[in-house]
Amino acid sequence: MMQEHSSQAMRRTATRTSGEPVAATAREQPVGAPSTKISVRELNFYYGKFHALKDISIDIPEKRVTAFIGPSGCGKSTLLRTFNRMFEIYPEQRAEGKIIVDGDNILDSRQDIARIRSRIGMIFQKPTPFPMSIYENIAFGIRLYERLPKSEMDARVEQCLRQAALWDEVKDKLHQSGTSLSGGQQQRLCIARGVAIRPEIILLDEPCSALDPISTARVEELLKELVRDYTVVIVTHNMQQAARASDCTAFMYMGELVEYGPTATIFTRPTKQQTEDYITGRFG
Amino acid sequence: MKAYDAPITGQAPEHSAGKRMRFPADFLFRKLTGFIALLVAAILVAILIALLDEGSQALHTFGWGFLATTTWNPVTGKFGALVFIVGTLISSAIAMLLAIPVSFGIALFISELAPRWLRGPVSTAVELLAAIPSIIYGMWGLLVFAPWFSRLEPWINDHLGAIPGIGALFRGPPMGIGMLTAGIVLGIMVIPFIAAIMRDVFMITPAALKESAYALGATTWEVARHVILPYTRTAVTGGIFLGLGRALGETMAVTFIIGNSNNLNTSLLMPGSSIASVIANEFTEATTDLYRSSLLALGLILFLITFIVLVLAKLLLLRMERNAGGKP
Repeated sequence: MMQEHSSQAMRRTATRTSGEPVAATAREQPVGAPSTKISVRELNFYYGKFHALKDISIDIPEKRVTAFIGPSGCGKSTLLRTFNRMFEIYPEQRAEGKIIVDGDNILDSRQDIARIRSRIGMIFQKPTPFPMSIYENIAFGIRLYERLPKSEMDARVEQCLRQAALWDEVKDKLHQSGTSLSGGQQQRLCIARGVAIRPEIILLDEPCSALDPISTARVEELLKELVRDYTVVIVTHNMQQAARASDCTAFMYMGELVEYGPTATIFTRPTKQQTEDYITGRFG
Repeated sequence: MKAYDAPITGQAPEHSAGKRMRFPADFLFRKLTGFIALLVAAILVAILIALLDEGSQALHTFGWGFLATTTWNPVTGKFGALVFIVGTLISSAIAMLLAIPVSFGIALFISELAPRWLRGPVSTAVELLAAIPSIIYGMWGLLVFAPWFSRLEPWINDHLGAIPGIGALFRGPPMGIGMLTAGIVLGIMVIPFIAAIMRDVFMITPAALKESAYALGATTWEVARHVILPYTRTAVTGGIFLGLGRALGETMAVTFIIGNSNNLNTSLLMPGSSIASVIANEFTEATTDLYRSSLLALGLILFLITFIVLVLAKLLLLRMERNAGGKP
């Protein structure tokens, strides 16, 4: 359904090179989830010679919030950054394995990178408003894919800002610089910018670590809204956040996926000793 | 607690004595740096006064007409600056037309596209361009580039010269030297300055900002054009004006290759003169007081042109800061 919205979008209508058929081998469905959106198989990742991710296989459910937790350097952000091939802009980084989204292996180099990134949005740790007006921050991404008359663009910008619960705060200053907003507002602007290109998946890399508790609460509330339409994957340092805001939680340690399951199970009855040690604060 | 008290009270007088000792040094240092900073401004004003004083005879004789006359005839004692003002502005404009896009490309390649191992060598090569003395550029321009360029000029005549309107700019004898040649060599000379500044500011653009744009599916070009360039616009504009300032005042290389003609020509292939080149060529030959004064008045004009360029740059930056919000 999301796809149809921008069917005129040039990049998205690029021919679908059908990758591997969906790995029906989804070995175990960790949650009673409706269906799997992202299916990772035997993923290995290298920063030069450093082996950062080791044989990761994980199924991420559609229209749920999945959280990656673990101590610093465990590979959770690295894993997230493979989902939109962000690592590719750095020549010394490479990934091996399969990441299947709706039947397409996005690590396949024949896949159109712009199309992948239009389907999979990303929000970063620090708010990164572009050096342009609030309006243009949203319109920039839309213009990469669609040519809209001004009235439609205005409506889209408003809709995105409403979705990110920012409209009421900025409606009178749309043409002021995006950098003039507060940190929390900037982060919501980035979320609005992310949803503006109508992705199917939203990746968030510690989106609240630079925000105060009130802004954090607003962003978390926003996640609850977004998950109705989008598949959300969030990396977080904050275990309370994972417990509050996610449906599934994956605990990673030293580049390996230690345990993955429904958030309630991970936080109350973890099966692995390492997971229990981490969530009870014994290390990490 | 008691154990810590004793040594602290014992040291306290020494500490405050140390502070008192430092005070005069601090005071002197502040005065000294202030003096040096003011000295620069004083020298600037002194040069301006000297040029005004020395050039006053020519300015009194010819009045505002000095700026608008194309005659430059030492024999009859008629002097006008227009040919040289135009020559200076046009050769610098050609240089900037060439240098800005090339520098942007170099900076973008080094900061975004080049593999890591290639960054160092390319950066160094560009910086070395800046280390070449301008007389070398002049000789290279005259002995190597101009002969080669003269073989290209018939082609320019036939093709660019045939375009209605701007074609007149590209018609002329294939001499190799001339306004276009001078502009191109000037462009090569200012590339390292502009490219180095662009590269430095592109490199310090936060990775997260670039990644956010890439994450929306933007291409490297779109990221550079819409995110990196606006983010660094202040420094980039500064770098461009630094290069322009250099191009306006460049003397030796231009004198070698501009052709040194005191006539105003429409064609860029024809020889011309810049303010700096005519001063360098004729200063030792200035036999009369009026001749000498006219050359110094030219110097004053060059000084004012660079000053105006600098002021325009500041105004431009101010306006850009104010419009940082941008309009849809």
